[in-house]
Amino acid sequence: MQKLSEELKNRAGQRIVDPEYLLFEAPREKVFMTGSEVVKEAVKRASVDASVSYPITPQSEAAHLIGELWVEGYVGVYFRGESEFGVMSELAGCAMAGARTITTTSGPGTLRAMENFPMWAGSRLPIQLVLMARGINSPLSIQPDDLEVSFLLDTGCMIWYAENAQELFDMILAGFVVAEQPDVHVPVVNVINGFFISHTRESVMLPPDDIALPPYNPYKAPMPPIDMEMPPGRFLRDPFVMKSNYISYATHTSWQFEVRAAIERARPYIKKYLGSLIEEFGDPEAEIVLVSAGTGAAQSKEAVRLLEDEGVKAKVVKLRTIRPFPINELREAVKNAKVIFVPEFNVVGWLEREIRRYLYKHSDAEIIGGPRVAGGMTMPPEIIVKDVLNYLGKEVKHVY
Amino acid sequence: MSINIFKINEELKEFIPQEVIDLEEKATWGNPKRGVMDLPYAKELLEEHSLCAGCPESMAFRYILASLPNPEDTIIVNSTGCTSLVFPHIALHTVHSLFGNQNAVATGIKRTLEWRFPDKVKDVIVLAGDGATVDIGLDCTLQSFFRQEKITTICFDNEVYANTGGQESGTTVQGHVFKMAPKGKQWPKVPMWQLAIDSGCHYVVRMSVSSPKKVEQVVKKAIYVAREVGPTYLHFYTPCILEIGLNSDDGLMEMRDKDKERFKFFEYVSPQAEEVIAKKKEEGLL
Repeated sequence: MQKLSEELKNRAGQRIVDPEYLLFEAPREKVFMTGSEVVKEAVKRASVDASVSYPITPQSEAAHLIGELWVEGYVGVYFRGESEFGVMSELAGCAMAGARTITTTSGPGTLRAMENFPMWAGSRLPIQLVLMARGINSPLSIQPDDLEVSFLLDTGCMIWYAENAQELFDMILAGFVVAEQPDVHVPVVNVINGFFISHTRESVMLPPDDIALPPYNPYKAPMPPIDMEMPPGRFLRDPFVMKSNYISYATHTSWQFEVRAAIERARPYIKKYLGSLIEEFGDPEAEIVLVSAGTGAAQSKEAVRLLEDEGVKAKVVKLRTIRPFPINELREAVKNAKVIFVPEFNVVGWLEREIRRYLYKHSDAEIIGGPRVAGGMTMPPEIIVKDVLNYLGKEVKHVY
Repeated sequence: MSINIFKINEELKEFIPQEVIDLEEKATWGNPKRGVMDLPYAKELLEEHSLCAGCPESMAFRYILASLPNPEDTIIVNSTGCTSLVFPHIALHTVHSLFGNQNAVATGIKRTLEWRFPDKVKDVIVLAGDGATVDIGLDCTLQSFFRQEKITTICFDNEVYANTGGQESGTTVQGHVFKMAPKGKQWPKVPMWQLAIDSGCHYVVRMSVSSPKKVEQVVKKAIYVAREVGPTYLHFYTPCILEIGLNSDDGLMEMRDKDKERFKFFEYVSPQAEEVIAKKKEEGLL
């Protein structure tokens, strides 16, 4: 993007700056904030047009705070919808009409809204969803658990996974920039582990709040916005391809492939705006590798430190993105691995399944799905250490 | 106004189908007095249709599209069903999203267009069948009324799920045998027009589409009231001649029959809507 003039302001009166400047160059100040508060700070700097909310723990506070931004004039449209199904459809309407949109949800809300996500992707709407993962019924749980992410893997949405509030802040801003690229233009889901990130305070470095991302330009989208301002005059979002003939079937198929191809085309933009699709931590040559995402990766880093005290070399490969999946990055990062552990916050091990799929015939390492916690359990680094020491046949001294 | 999006590049005109050229040259743009009387002369916004021969829904589509006071800035949101088959034929910006979310999508579009184009009038209309409006989409329909969204909702009530092969719907009359109600429907027809009034709509009509000029009047009133006051609701009887065993030329008589009974003309106008309608009459637009 060209260097933007200092005079250019968005509708909230903030100076419009290059995404690169906002993300990498602008001076930053340290604040002490929860993940929910960080969502507000990111939205405040993102020239957001519309947000629709619905209460569900643990995402409600972030949604309230976006409402405050609407009162303050930083967000154009904001209201409480009737349910997550309604909210995600309302956002689809906003996005089709040319708005930059964001919302938040959790657990059962994600599943209530589910029919909308493939529709967002198929309609090529670059909507951003901040997913504060929690358990899904039954039995009822409002506690952290990321099982719901497995349901989203094949919806055609990009799925990114933030480890902490800082990464969430940067990913929300980068999420808009990447998702709105004309050759990408699919939704982006930014996942965090509910409560662990949404409700705990940590140090976050924030750029000033009088600068913001360039506003969304719907006329650069691969599909015309529904506003009667852009040809063709006759335009149905989305074109019907459901007539009963082979051309229709083939059209539907190619449309679906194109959504997936769009996610693939996001890779270079993600590298540009997030740095990399993965992050490595610990001994680069280590034969013991912990592959995880989000809070699982944070706990794995602690485990690597503890293992170092035990004289065991290990490393963490943190996946920042699940869709697109960092296939080559992961294969390269585990090339020395003899054993791979996949710590997860759910009972099914969806991340383990993903890792097995992409390492099949690309790694000789043994893959161990675990440790796993769910339903609100925390993952003390000691339980990761214990699994590793047990595997190595070493005495487990300081754990339990 | 956005008539420009129908203008054809002169240099490409020789490659453009005649029906598209006609849209630019012979459709009625920029004239709020357009109406069903233009039908024989003006280019219609519906390019043929894909419904059964003689389907009353096709009549309803033609009358409604001919009556839009502001087609150049009108967006129509649709839902799944027979109506959705017609949307690729409509020369406006239209949406088909999911089955039952039409009023939610319309809400997002209307609010965003108000935000993006504060100085322009953009009419947003929902046009969906009885299954979409009254059954699967009832939540989104009523909630948009509760929220006082400035959209016009039009329900094509054929009293059956026609597109899926003739299943009972909430608007089927009690006792009628359809698929999924093999012993006859066990409960009464949902009085959706009454729910619309109770839920906050400012202009509500129940009728059949047997009279084109009447359709024009209520469509215009509903759109003007929605623009200035809040939600409006039109409940039109568009019988499925196929599913009730009638011939292609029986649709009109079926509607005229029902005009005397369960689709007898009914109109509700709120005090605020009265004011808008009186003003539009003074302006000669109604």
